[in-house]
Amino acid sequence: MAIINVNGQKRDLGNVSSDTPLLWVLRDQLGLTGTKYGCGVSECGVCTVHLDGDAVQSCVTTVGEVGDSVVTTIEGLSDDGLHPVQNAWREHGVPQCGYCQVGQMMMAAALLKSNNDPTDEDIDNEMWNICRCGTYPRIRAAIKTAAKELQK
Amino acid sequence: MSQPKRERNLTSRRGFMASVSSGSLVLMARLSNAQDIEVATAAEGDVESFEPDLFVSIGSDGKVTILAHRSEMGTGIRTGLPRVVADELEADWSKVVIQQAVGDKRLGSQNTDGSNSVRHFFKRMRVAGATARTMLEQAAAAKWNVEPATCRGKNHRVVHAESGRSLAYGELVQAAGELKVPRPDELRMKPASEWRYIGKDAPITDLDAILTGKAVYGIDARMENQLYAVIARPPVVGGKVASFDSTETRKIAGVQSVIEIEGYQGAPVFQPLGGVAVCADSTWAAWQGRDRLRVNWEDGPNAEYDTDVYAGQLADSANKPGKVWRDTGDAKSVIAESDKVYAADYSVPHLSHAPMETPCAVADVKVDAGKVVSCVLKAATQNPQAVQQAVGAALGIPEAEVVVHVTLLGSGFGRKSKPDYCVEAALLSKELQRPVHVTWTREDDLQHDYYHTMSHVHIEASLREDGTPSGWLQRAAFPSISSLFSDGADQAAGFEIEMGLQDLPYEVPHIRVESGKAKAHTRIGWLRSVNHIPHNFAVSSFADELAHRAGCDPLDYLLTLLGEDRLLDVKAAGLSNRGASAEEYPYDIGRLKHVTQRAADLARWERRSELPKGRGLGIACCRSFLGYTGHVVEVAVDHDGSVQIPKVWTVLDAGVIVSPDRVLAQVEGAASMAATIAMYGKVTFRQGRVNQSNFDNYRIATMKDSPREIITELVESDAPPAGVGETPVPSFTPAMCNAIFSATGKRIRSLPLADHDLTWS
Repeated sequence: MAIINVNGQKRDLGNVSSDTPLLWVLRDQLGLTGTKYGCGVSECGVCTVHLDGDAVQSCVTTVGEVGDSVVTTIEGLSDDGLHPVQNAWREHGVPQCGYCQVGQMMMAAALLKSNNDPTDEDIDNEMWNICRCGTYPRIRAAIKTAAKELQK
Repeated sequence: MSQPKRERNLTSRRGFMASVSSGSLVLMARLSNAQDIEVATAAEGDVESFEPDLFVSIGSDGKVTILAHRSEMGTGIRTGLPRVVADELEADWSKVVIQQAVGDKRLGSQNTDGSNSVRHFFKRMRVAGATARTMLEQAAAAKWNVEPATCRGKNHRVVHAESGRSLAYGELVQAAGELKVPRPDELRMKPASEWRYIGKDAPITDLDAILTGKAVYGIDARMENQLYAVIARPPVVGGKVASFDSTETRKIAGVQSVIEIEGYQGAPVFQPLGGVAVCADSTWAAWQGRDRLRVNWEDGPNAEYDTDVYAGQLADSANKPGKVWRDTGDAKSVIAESDKVYAADYSVPHLSHAPMETPCAVADVKVDAGKVVSCVLKAATQNPQAVQQAVGAALGIPEAEVVVHVTLLGSGFGRKSKPDYCVEAALLSKELQRPVHVTWTREDDLQHDYYHTMSHVHIEASLREDGTPSGWLQRAAFPSISSLFSDGADQAAGFEIEMGLQDLPYEVPHIRVESGKAKAHTRIGWLRSVNHIPHNFAVSSFADELAHRAGCDPLDYLLTLLGEDRLLDVKAAGLSNRGASAEEYPYDIGRLKHVTQRAADLARWERRSELPKGRGLGIACCRSFLGYTGHVVEVAVDHDGSVQIPKVWTVLDAGVIVSPDRVLAQVEGAASMAATIAMYGKVTFRQGRVNQSNFDNYRIATMKDSPREIITELVESDAPPAGVGETPVPSFTPAMCNAIFSATGKRIRSLPLADHDLTWS
């Protein structure tokens, strides 16, 4: 019987197999559909969540690998939707279709946690998520805005 | 369900009416004919007696509900069109609720593609808003016993300036509901100077839901008791299941059923490809089960499709006389008699839409006494009416019995106009008699798409002494979208040739446009900006080649080619002009030149000659979807051949703009998508099978290699709104390739750049 810690709650996964990707447990079993599917092979970053604060791709992270670690999804990033990253995304009107933005924000939030003053090069290297709508320039601007907020 | 039809009608309307309190003013504008507007109070019986196209309702609490009938896939249309209604209504935006419409042909076209939403519905939405406001003004005038013309709807109240009296909209709905609906010519439309929302920015209505993960896309759509399905489809289009063994599949915990889906008959249209579906308790179980199927496929007639071979066939076809679409002057003779002819060929491979959200839908089919009676779907679709038709046909029920709820779309780009995945869900639900949700994996998406055509364009020009062309012949060969609807069709359709070939805007006395035959061996679909992609790549590259050959500055040469400010004779060129009249939407060369010149000005084009080797500027322009785009792209090519795009300047003239920031976002996105087309986009087939399978081998530009800085200027205009979503895509790619020539001296005649050696020393 697997129990994982998601957004501050212990969730009983029943007899789910330990090699099940976290993504599908979150979406289909726990109903946390904010985390999206994009490629299944960690190439697009759409499914990014936090594992003990670090960005990981939930499509290639198994329930077994999660173990006792703390999982944070978009539903748990903030109580009120007002995380500095969410605020910056709002301010810059980043989303178009919005589908990849949860993964983008989770990636950005993890980046800013370890580096609250990222350079363009840092952003290039860390933000490898795919956005088919092409919101990249606004994501870059929003990360810089969020960084300023976090530096206060 | 003994009376399914009536039941469905109630359901589809009740969805909307439920949020409207009794006694509300419900305005119904028949979009197919804006003259014909009817009104009713929100009593269900009354509603049943109308066949309206659009609903605007105002509750006695003042709440305004506006129906959004187009699909939201990232353009902001779900916010933009309701804001047009709200503007003319003089509604307080904070009191407006937007409700997504189900598929219903009475709404007018819901097919959200072709960059048509604002162009087709701007006027009609204004009329709807103005009609409601006028009725509220009349109701207030009657109460106060004053002339209606002295009453003005203003920010959710009707105001009588002379006496200083005012009434809130909510207080007037009952009286307004008893009035006769004014004719459109009786309406007082707001002048543009008083527009409150049109041309002003507002956050998209779904912004908070997106940012908190609460937004519901097709992949998130749920129905009670649903199963999750993943499907093994024939690897070759037109193939069939010969036999299959699901022994290993059935051992996977959670797998409930394995169901064969029949292959399609005749032309593919929106029919499922067929295959074997695994239905399970979760997407993952279904996926694992699918991967454990052992299927023997019969590959069918497309088993030999090989894009390397096909490229040669297209080149042959484009290099011999074909079907003539335009023959201005006598280009054939002029070129034949010239001793100075320059020719070049350009090719673009198949592309995949690859929307971030793969195709997904959930369907619930109701069966009564062994007979299918109805189907309800929730789907990420650009065209809910096409879903109704395709699902209705597959289930053998009238399309009116198919209720389609439209979720948000994790982008579409044309893929989600084609509802094969919705039919799959419906067929599985029919079989299992419970809701079934179909998810396409990324591999499914890339290997079973409706691909963008593969194209070869041959251009030749006879040149005068000064290097300008006296005659111009261009001929394209590509598998046509018509092959999707007509089995074996091997000739281009007019609308395809018109996109960037037949509408050649250059001032050349002798122009001939032809197309060569090409039989399709896969499903050909339309992808954002469609045939403009290969055609503008060819035309704008060729113009640049001619400029360099003549020793001219490419901008000067291009402006010379475009010629005098004038209106292109749309009729003489044989253009349908996307169904728009040449009076309302002329082909205005002056506007095309203006966006080109402005893009050059913004980029400080004169820097071009001072840039070091490896750095270059390129220019291109295009009229597409009735809008005008000028592009200058700056590239930095490293010695090792790697390409960066530090800056792009885009000038877009799309007439009146409803949502400026969303239009900017579309222009930015177009640059990114076109950068992917230029650098990486390529789907190849061998033995009928697609070689690419995921983002590791179908690469998409990311933060790192997308254009770094995108400078956009929107031309202020009071011209009728043109297309926006697709308009700024085509000219980016040739502008980029022209910049690469400027930077390295390497001319790119085939895409993508990834196939070329761009190293230099």
